[in-house]
Amino acid sequence: MTRTHVLALTAAASLTGMAGLDLVAVDAKPVSYELPAESAALKPGPNLELVQGNCTGCHSIDYIQTQPRGPQFKKDFWQAEVTKMIKVYGAPIDERDVSKIVDYLAATY
Amino acid sequence: MLDRRSLIKGAGAGVYALGTGIGFSPLEALALDTVTLPFENGERPLVKYPQKRPMIGLTSRPPQLETPFSVFNEGVITPNDAFFVRYHLAGIPLSIDPDTFAVEIKGKVDKPTKLSLQELKQLDAIEVVAVNQCSGNSRGFFNPRVAGGQLANGAMGNARWRGVPLKTVLDKAGVQRGARQVTFGGLDEPISDKTPDFIKALDIDHARDGEVMLAYAMNGQDLPVLNGFPLRLVVPGYYGTYWVKHLNEINVIDDVFEGFWMKTAYRIPDNACACVAPGTAPKATIPINRFDVRSFITNVTDGARVKAGSETPLKGIAFDGGYGITAVAVSTDGGKIWTDATLGQDLGKYSFREWQLPVKLAAGTHEIKVRAVNRIGQSQPSEPLWNPPGYMRNVVETVRVTAA
Repeated sequence: MTRTHVLALTAAASLTGMAGLDLVAVDAKPVSYELPAESAALKPGPNLELVQGNCTGCHSIDYIQTQPRGPQFKKDFWQAEVTKMIKVYGAPIDERDVSKIVDYLAATY
Repeated sequence: MLDRRSLIKGAGAGVYALGTGIGFSPLEALALDTVTLPFENGERPLVKYPQKRPMIGLTSRPPQLETPFSVFNEGVITPNDAFFVRYHLAGIPLSIDPDTFAVEIKGKVDKPTKLSLQELKQLDAIEVVAVNQCSGNSRGFFNPRVAGGQLANGAMGNARWRGVPLKTVLDKAGVQRGARQVTFGGLDEPISDKTPDFIKALDIDHARDGEVMLAYAMNGQDLPVLNGFPLRLVVPGYYGTYWVKHLNEINVIDDVFEGFWMKTAYRIPDNACACVAPGTAPKATIPINRFDVRSFITNVTDGARVKAGSETPLKGIAFDGGYGITAVAVSTDGGKIWTDATLGQDLGKYSFREWQLPVKLAAGTHEIKVRAVNRIGQSQPSEPLWNPPGYMRNVVETVRVTAA
C-alpha cells in the first residue's frame, strides 16, 4: 500500500463522513446505496427558472439534453414532450407556463 | 466481508469499487471521461456508480447506464458490474433490507401469500442463461430519429440467472379459475402520485410456463442494486420492460391489465415486422413481446484498420427471442457473398451465442456485415425497420474497415 493510497482513503472517508469503514461494511443493514450527484445543468436561456422548477422534480436534465437535435426537433417536438409530461406523467405544469417552457426548449436545445 | 484492499485501491483511484453487497459509500460526482456514441448529439459522460465499472451515462435521475460495447467482446456472459441499467421512475429504492424483504402474491389466488427472500431461497431453484435487452436498445440509430432514451447498442446483456420459477410461487398461492393475467410491481415508485406506477403484466399461461423466474442471483452473485436487488422478474426471450426489478408485488387478475405501461407505453405496430413507414403512425398496436434476431461483430469496430492479405479473426454474438440461433453468416463485400461462421458453445436458447470466422481482406476498404438466423427461420432485415417509439432495431449490422 502506498502512502498516496492511504491519504486518498482518508480524504475520501472524511469527505463522505464515514468514520469506521469496516464497521459500516460489516454491520450495515439494510443495503444502502447512494447515487452520484447529478452533473447535467440547464443551458442558459429565457425562462430557465421556470423550466428548472417544472421539469426537474421528476427527472434529471440529461433527459432533455440527450434528445435528438436539428430542425425537426424544435417547437412541435418539445410541445409533444411537454404535453406528454402533463397528460401521461401528471406533471403539475401551469397552463400559462407551457408555451414558455416549449419556447425555452426549442430555442436552447 | 468487505475486501479492504479493493476498497483502498478504489479510493486511491478516486472512486469506490466495492465488491460486497452492503455498505455502499456516497460518491462524488465524477466526470471520468466522455464517449461519443456514433449518432448526432451522442456525447455521454462515463460515470461510476457503486457496484459498476465506468458506464455510459444516459441519465442520472433515475439512473440509466449503457454498457460500453467493448464489454461484449470480453466474453459471452456480461459481468454484473457492466450490466446496463434502466429505470423509469425516480423513486428508486436506496435502502433495502434483504432480511425483511418479501414478495406478495395476491389477487385471484386461494391463499394470498407473502414469501421472504429466505423462504424463496429454500424452494427448488432453476438457472437460465438469458439475454436481457431494453426495448429501445439502439434507438439513437433510428432514422428519422425519435424521442426517448438515445441508446447505442449497449442496452443489452447476457447473464446466468438463478431463482425460483414464477409457476412455483403461483402454485403455492393457488391460482383461481378465470385468471387471465399476472401483474408485477417493484419497490421503485413515481415521485408524483399522478405518474403511473411501473406495473407490467404477462398472460397467465406465460406466467406459468416454468421459465419465467423470480431471480435472486445473477452470475453467481446477489443482483446488483441497480439491477433489481434483491429480486427481479426474469422473462427469458422477452424485452427488459417485463423484467421488473425489486419485485415485491405479484397480482393475479381475471382481466387484461389496463395500466399505462401496458396499455399505452411499450406498444409495437400489430404486424409481422413491428414496423411502419418512417414518420407514420401504426393503425393498431400490441404490447411489445419477444426479441427479434440480432447479431453483432464485437472484435472489429467501425473504422478499424486491419492487415491486408493476412488472416483477420472476426468474432461476435447473436441472439433471438428464445428459439435459438442456428446460423450466423458474414459478408465482407457489403452483403453480396455470405459465409457461414462457426458457432460457439451453446449456453441455451435464450443466451448470446458466440460466433467466429477468420477472413482475409485485400487492400482497400470493406463493408463487413453479420446476419443471424434462428430455429424458426427468422433473420434480420438488410435495411432498418422503423416504428414511432424506436423499439426492436435489428438491422444487419455493418462495420467498415480498411485493410492495408
